[in-house]
Amino acid sequence: MIALALNFAFCCFGLALLFNLYRVIRAPVLTDRVLALDTMVINMIALLVLFGIKLGSGMNFEAALLFAMTGFVSTVAYCKFMLRGDIIE
Amino acid sequence: MPLIAEIAISVLLVVAGLFGLVGSYGLLRLPDAMTRLHAPTKATTVGVGGVLLASMLYFAVNGSVSWHELLIALFLFLTAPITANLVAKAHMHREMSQGELPDSDTGRVWATFERPGAPIAPVLTSAAPVESAKS
Repeated sequence: MIALALNFAFCCFGLALLFNLYRVIRAPVLTDRVLALDTMVINMIALLVLFGIKLGSGMNFEAALLFAMTGFVSTVAYCKFMLRGDIIE
Repeated sequence: MPLIAEIAISVLLVVAGLFGLVGSYGLLRLPDAMTRLHAPTKATTVGVGGVLLASMLYFAVNGSVSWHELLIALFLFLTAPITANLVAKAHMHREMSQGELPDSDTGRVWATFERPGAPIAPVLTSAAPVESAKS
């Protein structure tokens, strides 16, 4: 039963990643692209944790944590650049 | 693995997957940028939160309790509002004009539209005028 639910969740997050990719490529305003990239990182974290459950190993959590941190910093950098034209003033 | 744990993990995974999908679908379908900001926040909270909870439960039942998931969840829940706030500010700065926004309630314009190089003064947000120290 867990294997079935796991596959379902894999499909859902994979489809969500495709939606986000479409939004990155075609977006009405620039902030949507940044938001879509941020959501992509979040979906990637979910996929990594699901992969950890599938393999039964705790190795993936460090990768997920690093993804979370770099994703947050990159989104803040993008937004700061759009707001100020510079990242570190 | 006991059946009840298996059911709980499966339900958590299915709910998390559905919310992740709905969050990203909302990013495609909602009409304007500020409402589109709303959808992925749900994907973060319930989607990733559910997956992390399922993972914690799975590893706890299998005998090795891991605290990494809690760390990831804490970090994501702390950073998601900051990200959303910054994206909203960037959108205000780039796409909106003074007339479209409500009054800032501080007697000044929104910080985004302030003249560059204007002197920085403390903003008093209380409605009642504050007595100055001199009088």
